[in-house]
Amino acid sequence: MDYSIKIGGEAGQGIQTIGDALARVFSRAGYHVFTHQDYESRIRGGHNFFQIRFSERPVMASRNVIDILVALDKATILLDEKELSEHGLLIYDSSALKQKHEKPYFLDIPFLSLAIEHGGSKIMANTVATGAVLGMLGLNLDILNGIIDATFKKKGEDVIKANVKAALAGHDYAVKQCLRCSFSIAPLSKPKMLIAGIDAIGLGILSAGCKFYSAYPMTPSTGIMNYLAGKEKEYGIIVEQAEDEISAINMALGASFAGVRAMTGTSGGGFALMVEGLSLSGITETPVVIALGQRPGPATGLPTRTEQGELFFALHAGHGEFPRILFAPGTPEQAFYLTNKAFEMADKYQIPVFVIFDQYIADSEWTFEGFDLSKITFNDYRLRGDTFKNLEVYKRHAFTETGVSPLGVPGDSHYVVVTDSDEHDEEGHIIEDAETRIKMVQKRLLKKLPLIKQEIQPPFLYGSAKLTICIENNATGQFARLMKAETGYEFKAKINKYDGRPFTLESLLGEINAHVGRL
Amino acid sequence: MPTLEDYKGQTPAWCPGCGNFGILKTFKDAVVDLGIEPYQFVIVSGIGQASKLPHYLKCNTFNGLHGRTLPVATGIRLANHEMLVIAVAGDGDCYGEGGNHLLHAIRRNINVKLFVHDNQIYGLTKGQPSPTSSEGMITKNQPFGVFSEQLNPMALGVALDCSFVARGFAGDLGHLKELMKASILHKGLSLLDILQPCVTFNKINTFEWYKQRVYYIEPEYNPENRIEAFKKALEWGDRIPLGIVYRNKRPTLEERIPIIKNKPLVDQSFDISRLENTLKEFY
Repeated sequence: MDYSIKIGGEAGQGIQTIGDALARVFSRAGYHVFTHQDYESRIRGGHNFFQIRFSERPVMASRNVIDILVALDKATILLDEKELSEHGLLIYDSSALKQKHEKPYFLDIPFLSLAIEHGGSKIMANTVATGAVLGMLGLNLDILNGIIDATFKKKGEDVIKANVKAALAGHDYAVKQCLRCSFSIAPLSKPKMLIAGIDAIGLGILSAGCKFYSAYPMTPSTGIMNYLAGKEKEYGIIVEQAEDEISAINMALGASFAGVRAMTGTSGGGFALMVEGLSLSGITETPVVIALGQRPGPATGLPTRTEQGELFFALHAGHGEFPRILFAPGTPEQAFYLTNKAFEMADKYQIPVFVIFDQYIADSEWTFEGFDLSKITFNDYRLRGDTFKNLEVYKRHAFTETGVSPLGVPGDSHYVVVTDSDEHDEEGHIIEDAETRIKMVQKRLLKKLPLIKQEIQPPFLYGSAKLTICIENNATGQFARLMKAETGYEFKAKINKYDGRPFTLESLLGEINAHVGRL
Repeated sequence: MPTLEDYKGQTPAWCPGCGNFGILKTFKDAVVDLGIEPYQFVIVSGIGQASKLPHYLKCNTFNGLHGRTLPVATGIRLANHEMLVIAVAGDGDCYGEGGNHLLHAIRRNINVKLFVHDNQIYGLTKGQPSPTSSEGMITKNQPFGVFSEQLNPMALGVALDCSFVARGFAGDLGHLKELMKASILHKGLSLLDILQPCVTFNKINTFEWYKQRVYYIEPEYNPENRIEAFKKALEWGDRIPLGIVYRNKRPTLEERIPIIKNKPLVDQSFDISRLENTLKEFY
């Protein structure tokens, strides 16, 4: 069993509502699920879709063969009909689309009139469609009804009942009318966790005890701010929308200086504005975590799409030389653990640390058995309270064996905490002399680097090494170039994609097989 | 109680006769008067001659980037709203490079004390015009004189309903000290613009020039009347008012954030166990 469902329509029609509900039904049924979304940079209209793949085996990418296509607009039929599999089916509402198709694999389901008839309102057309898809698959509505119950709890019993009825109407209509439906569904098992990359980063931030997040909205990083804002009260975290990205990173540095774990997040264009602040984190040794969500550039590029073009930018951004760490998670699970680790590393070495991701991982949902909280670390590296008060001597930028100086929380002791964007002495005061400069660079950069290198985890290896292919969502193969520059290793082949869209299973397999064929 | 001796810092690298010396001395006097210890507050400064001030005394210091004092100060206040935060900047620093941050700090009404050393010129980069340089001022890079209209920080503050708007003068330190103290004691964003001659690069706005023009705002003046304050703020040229131009009682940003009502963010502990429940939201 390995089925793909695509819901296409204009922005604002509710494709996400249907997609979210179906994906949740499948993950609760215990299937492995992968979803991805494709949307245009507009609030209403355009052609957008939500694609769900589910299987009893782990799935980690979308396919470009669709088994059930839910067309909420004419454009979906026009653009996506060709993706239907051999036994694929398309469902649509001829009265809503004002066109009737006679093709045998087109199933006309009156979403709107069933919604009005059974749910009492046309708003419930999406619930009808969701029920219809489940009916086509031969799944009952138990799980969906549970989701409806939880979703509309606040809206009251009547709304829940109406939606349950609407779902049933769609379900039963599909069961009766879909004579070609012959999906074979694996038995249910234990519910799985379903999570998007952006939420996994959000969870990672919560797991690290971060208390301050300042950002300026920018796709695809905005979801982090939204997620954390929903947790402000429960977790005691302040989310401040800054006037620009320059302010966002400087606010985070201020909060970090004052003694809390702090973070900012943005995309390439916003990060361009943050670069000055990145360098400030470098010289003042103020810990900060930066989430960098990549999208295709240059400049505004393709705002809602995906690319991995900012590896070199993040690696080399900032005037002057200072250490930094980049974490690039490949799955939401990795995003969770690595975001937690990012805070740990930022505080331990008093440096800026990146969590670099792309729109694809931000918006796509994956299933996991669950996240293991025993793998989460939380150490407080700051000097606080009596520990700080009772020190014999305190210098914020004291020369040490490791290069890491004591990070005191201002106000907790009679010692003052001084730092400076100018080169400074151990106390943090502005200096110009060459001798102190040399010692400070050694402390801040050269002594820390070997220690930071020891923290790097070995890479995941897939397959044997007869042929090594570097697959990147960019035009020039930045990671392959970095590997060569740093280690001398050259990949035998490269596969690059820079159309702003993610790799799909079939197209990537085709490219890999072409390389294998040349062996 | 703290004494002036507790505030001894590095030897200033300012030009002899610079207005900054007086501001520095007055600053120390003001905090000693208020009984504030060096560890009880943070100065956030930018880049420019004014921004070197915290090195020449003793206190918690974040000497950050040109123009970026207010965002850093905002971050500190949000993380620890029991900490007094003073932002020290110059006119180019605060009104030029950091202009956008000023607008939004005023909107937020973050409880930060902003002291702007306003010498109407760029000193550190040797004599370019600043946003407060007078129209027509001839400088090295403005051979035909400054074309842009002079920025009026007082009018800007009143127009944006800034919580506290005042002007001091480095030529009257007693008066300046009282303004600094009033600013520190005020609840809300305080903009204190301090007229300060640049003896090296500003040959127009000299001590003499200011002395001939400044006057003290009348004691019967009501700084809480915004329309009158705007009139007062517009005064410049032959007569330049010194004192508190405008003041209001807007709630501060910190007061509006429910989660720090009982305890500053920095003192709130982190309990990882609640994550168990949050994870359940994804099933």
